[in-house]
Amino acid sequence: MTKKHFEENLYVSGHTACAGCGQSMAVRIVMNAAGKNTMVANSTGCLEVFSTKAPETAFGVPWIHSLFENSAAVASGIEAGLKYLNKLDDIRIIAQAGDGGTGDIGLQAISGMLERGQDVLFVCYDNEAYMNTGIQRSGSTPFHANTTTSPIGEHSLGNPRPKKPMVEICAAHHIPYSATASVGNPKDIERKVKKALSIRGPKYLQIHVPCPLGWKSDPSQTIEIAKLAIATGLYPLIEYEYGKLVKVTKLTLSKPVEEYLKTQGRFKHLLKTKEMLQEVQDVADKNIEYYGLK
Amino acid sequence: MKKYLEGSWAMAEAAKLCRPGVVAAYPITPQTHIVEHLAKFVADGDLKAETLNVESEHSAASVVLGSQSAGVRSFTCTSSQGLLLMGEVVFCIAGMRLPVMMICANRAVSAPINIWNDQQDSIALRDAGWIQLYAENNQEAVDLIITGHKLGENSKIMLPIMVCVDGFILTHGMETIDMPSQEDVDKFLPKYDPPYKLDVDNPMSFGLLGDPTVYTETRYAIHKTMEEVLDLIPKISKEYEDLTSRDSLKLVESYKLEDAELAIIAMGSVCGTIKDVIDIEREKGKKIGLLKIVTYRPFPKKAIESALKNVSNVAVIDKNISLGSDGALYSEIKATLNSDKKTSGFIAGLGGRDITINTILDIIQSAEKEVNNCKFVDLNKNLLWDEFKAS
Repeated sequence: MTKKHFEENLYVSGHTACAGCGQSMAVRIVMNAAGKNTMVANSTGCLEVFSTKAPETAFGVPWIHSLFENSAAVASGIEAGLKYLNKLDDIRIIAQAGDGGTGDIGLQAISGMLERGQDVLFVCYDNEAYMNTGIQRSGSTPFHANTTTSPIGEHSLGNPRPKKPMVEICAAHHIPYSATASVGNPKDIERKVKKALSIRGPKYLQIHVPCPLGWKSDPSQTIEIAKLAIATGLYPLIEYEYGKLVKVTKLTLSKPVEEYLKTQGRFKHLLKTKEMLQEVQDVADKNIEYYGLK
Repeated sequence: MKKYLEGSWAMAEAAKLCRPGVVAAYPITPQTHIVEHLAKFVADGDLKAETLNVESEHSAASVVLGSQSAGVRSFTCTSSQGLLLMGEVVFCIAGMRLPVMMICANRAVSAPINIWNDQQDSIALRDAGWIQLYAENNQEAVDLIITGHKLGENSKIMLPIMVCVDGFILTHGMETIDMPSQEDVDKFLPKYDPPYKLDVDNPMSFGLLGDPTVYTETRYAIHKTMEEVLDLIPKISKEYEDLTSRDSLKLVESYKLEDAELAIIAMGSVCGTIKDVIDIEREKGKKIGLLKIVTYRPFPKKAIESALKNVSNVAVIDKNISLGSDGALYSEIKATLNSDKKTSGFIAGLGGRDITINTILDIIQSAEKEVNNCKFVDLNKNLLWDEFKAS
């Protein structure tokens, strides 16, 4: 990449992400919203593999990858270093990871970063499973999803547990900002990144990013599928400030979960019986009630 | 200025003299006093640094990885389980060519849990790409911290440094230390100005995916740099000696080896005891000497060969054991020396068991009598399973 490429975008094409990769789309929105005075600490995962294979990089901002579970700690170190150099006023720091690098193996480092009050925005690109290693279940995999380690079978309906509530776990640290977003609503991501980076202290943003390969969905439908997750109430867009829920995106276009589930092979088995569909509808209905989405 | 100090205090003060910008550590016995002292220096305004009380050693190492990559001199210290928990980050710091400084307060590794000294922890990470230096006493520890910074931060080297100090024996021992002045250290150690860092005005990506077409070359580069470290050590040592009259940074130290028939080889604080034994035995007419390994990584093969050229009998003491093989130092000494030398290996001092004068005398006696590759000394046979009692 030449410097010219980075004049328009701080994350550019030429990388090796799959067609229709929701994460890659979201990264560009986040980077452009953050601007060039940003440093990024990236966890191991699909993003790091497809965007920065030596000797190339898709990033136009200073970017560092170390390991799977430590981007929050690496970002903490960068923050401390910039503070020591008196450069923290002008530079924003983002740590980013997939959902496994965030809520499972990365949870301890994130909690430490939040508790220490470090001036870092942690962005989780939530594609709801370990996609880089071949679609294994994570703590963020939704109820009943079929993955390679929560396969369906005579004794299994897929993933037996609901998603780990990471946005609430982060909010429970009483940090200034903890929110969800979706690649189905790019303007909303942009607004939330800018808002988060205007606040000093620890911030958390979790972005829903469909993965056509792992979800067994049509790569041309990534944005539509993400929109359906919002519209069904399965992916509520919410914002917490200092531990309190302050804003939710109301469902202007409410849809039954079947509309969302039928777009993805990972939920195909749920379409066979009304009981199973109802179990997922119950998850959505609980979200709608709990967060007041209507 | 000479001061009577606890080892941990002396090491913390040496770290402070090097003006680190970021200090991150997680408490573990016997390393704790070092971080406590550094935290107090910052609290009192004697050290201008960001201190991060992190939630694990894994994060301590990750924090200094981050801060060093932002262009700031960074310090951490740990021990035993903490070093092992850092393990993957330790490899990563070296692979990313970040000259982080770490003190490892050497301690045994679980299980059984044991907080006392041996060197299994740092030996377990000897292959990570760090420069490993072993101190005999706290004066050396102080000197190795200061000189180690200059060595690792050399723009041709850019490798992390682990100063290994025997837990409790050094960290909690009191010693008269000749502490260099801030003025001298400032003269000796320039500001950290790395050839590459995270910089918004010159954005670069660090820690890329290295596929089979490039990975080998990254390892080769570190391996070749280690050879340059061997050449640089005497030069940096001379500079420091000119300021302080001490040459603690060295590859190896020979003690009464000139006419020795038997050479004992060891690392760390046990060398002090060995020197005493040598003095006693020499009065009886025995020609015994010591080869102390200060720089264990890179392994100074030529210096070892040259120091031992006239010795016919070698006894290596390891405070570690590669279970199912031999002591780590023995294996490497054996691979370095000509096969015509009688080379014996002894495992001693594990989990804090004292290596006494009598232990060393037993080792000498055994090495004079027969060649063993991996002889455990001071075994309490009452604690062994019946089938192991005979051997």
